[in-house]
Amino acid sequence: MTQETVKPQEKEALIELLYQLADDDFILSFRGSEWLGLAPHIEEDVAFSSISQDMMGHANLYYNLLEGLGEGDADKIAHLRSVEKFRNAIILEEVNGPGTYLKEPDYDWAFAVVRNYFYAVHKQIRLDSLRHSAYEPLAEAARKIMTEQYYHLMHWEIWFKQLMTSTDEAIKRMNTAIEKVWKDFGGVLTLGPSYADIVKANFIDDEAVMKKRWTNKMEAVFKEVGANYPGEPRMERGNGRNGVHTEDLKHALSTLSEVYATNPSTGW
Amino acid sequence: MTVGMSFSQLSEDEKMTHFLDRINAGEKIEPDDWMPADYRLQLIRLISMHGISEIMGALPEKEWVPKAPSLHRKLAIMAKVQDEMGHGQLLLRVAEDLMAPLGKTRHDIMEDLFSGKLKFHNVFHMDAPTWGDAGIIAWLVDGAAIISQSMMLDSSYGPYARALKRICAEEVFHAQHGESIILAMAEGSKEQREMLQDALNRWWEALIMFFGPKSAKETGNSNADKNIMYKIRTKTNEDLRQEFFTKYIPRIWSLGLTIPDETIHFDEDSQMWVYKDADWSEFKQIVSGNGPQSQNRLDLRRRSYKNNEWVREALAAKKAI
Repeated sequence: MTQETVKPQEKEALIELLYQLADDDFILSFRGSEWLGLAPHIEEDVAFSSISQDMMGHANLYYNLLEGLGEGDADKIAHLRSVEKFRNAIILEEVNGPGTYLKEPDYDWAFAVVRNYFYAVHKQIRLDSLRHSAYEPLAEAARKIMTEQYYHLMHWEIWFKQLMTSTDEAIKRMNTAIEKVWKDFGGVLTLGPSYADIVKANFIDDEAVMKKRWTNKMEAVFKEVGANYPGEPRMERGNGRNGVHTEDLKHALSTLSEVYATNPSTGW
Repeated sequence: MTVGMSFSQLSEDEKMTHFLDRINAGEKIEPDDWMPADYRLQLIRLISMHGISEIMGALPEKEWVPKAPSLHRKLAIMAKVQDEMGHGQLLLRVAEDLMAPLGKTRHDIMEDLFSGKLKFHNVFHMDAPTWGDAGIIAWLVDGAAIISQSMMLDSSYGPYARALKRICAEEVFHAQHGESIILAMAEGSKEQREMLQDALNRWWEALIMFFGPKSAKETGNSNADKNIMYKIRTKTNEDLRQEFFTKYIPRIWSLGLTIPDETIHFDEDSQMWVYKDADWSEFKQIVSGNGPQSQNRLDLRRRSYKNNEWVREALAAKKAI
């Protein structure tokens, strides 16, 4: 189906899904951009900033699909929605560590690697499914995104495996980060309250099926690096797909829209 | 060189003559070629300063990456800062090759940066408090960089010339990105035009300083002169500044902006721009790490270097699975 042929009830579910996809990439790309100049070495600064830029591009593709469905101007929906209208998973909005990107950032590289790797694995699974989405413009976007996502996944996988099998200190820090991410990663794995309609319209595979694929992959990777699999990922702070968010998102959005919000009607 | 005699048998003076003949004939010097120690040191000084300036130069614009006022601008400025970091990496690799025979590594470059021994470009010590500054940096600072770097495209040191070729190609896109921001603001609301003018006022003196003082008198060193002799560069600081004026002053005026120098004009007799010179004692202060943002930006790098020590150790441990 296309923009013209999507039925009203399906359209509502499609819009929900697109906000999840867009907001996940948008907010994690922002967190990535905060790392610029602070990564462990210059080569990583180059690679990570390239990944963040790609992800912003992916968010942009999804926001444009939303614009096509009558949700309003892509810039406006990216910058001016209120916090509870955001559909990203809570773990993706979490700050990189103490401090801000401008002042005294004590960012945690283990957290960056774990969050990005777990997300990249799921994003790959999600895109694999979206390639066959009943909504053709979404299937087409997914195919485009996959060409870049392949490298993102490889990048984070190398980091994850390397740090998980290195010094005792690295392993300890990585395990702390895994514990932290695990508490809320369940939020990435859900399609939220519109889940049944989203799946019924064949926009994407069932969340249970995708979650199983993610779990299988994670169990294999944990085994490979000799780590214990932590069991079921949780959603301790609530479900971002329901509009439940933390102060971290509020601050992020006020930064992201700082200039645009001064005059959204002018050209920038 | 006498036929049948190997290069290593030549005296130092003969080697030097041979070297100068090569560069005067337009040949490129490669990392493993013989070069005078002084030439090597000049290159290390210039290229490590250039490389680290690209890296420190990403920081003022980084401040504006998340705040860029549309998805399109966010994407463009993200691409730009990534390019700058890439240039830094490319240049540091060139510098590292030159430093290797002296037993120095990337670690020494970073330590020299933190201690203030290795300086970075004056413009990257300055405040960038508004989106207008992000526009001026991309348009005029990158525009100035294109002018000074294009001059070295034919540098006698092959690896530097080749790196610059790629860098200049990307800088052209940056200047276009900057020009596009500037045009949008110049054609926008009264507030946007004021923001732009304020940013230009803030950056003008730093742009005069960008090319360095007119002669060795102001700084007490003659690196520029040496680099001309070695054909690392081909023009003086003042030649470059005049080129910058000729290219950009008419464009600045055509946007209805005012240059914060009442004396600036083109003198038909001398065919030169006449302008108010920068305060070069201030310049020395800035590049010595006493500019408005010098220590804040250095602290960002110092802090991350320290915070990530465990990562570097983990990578060096190489315990494969």
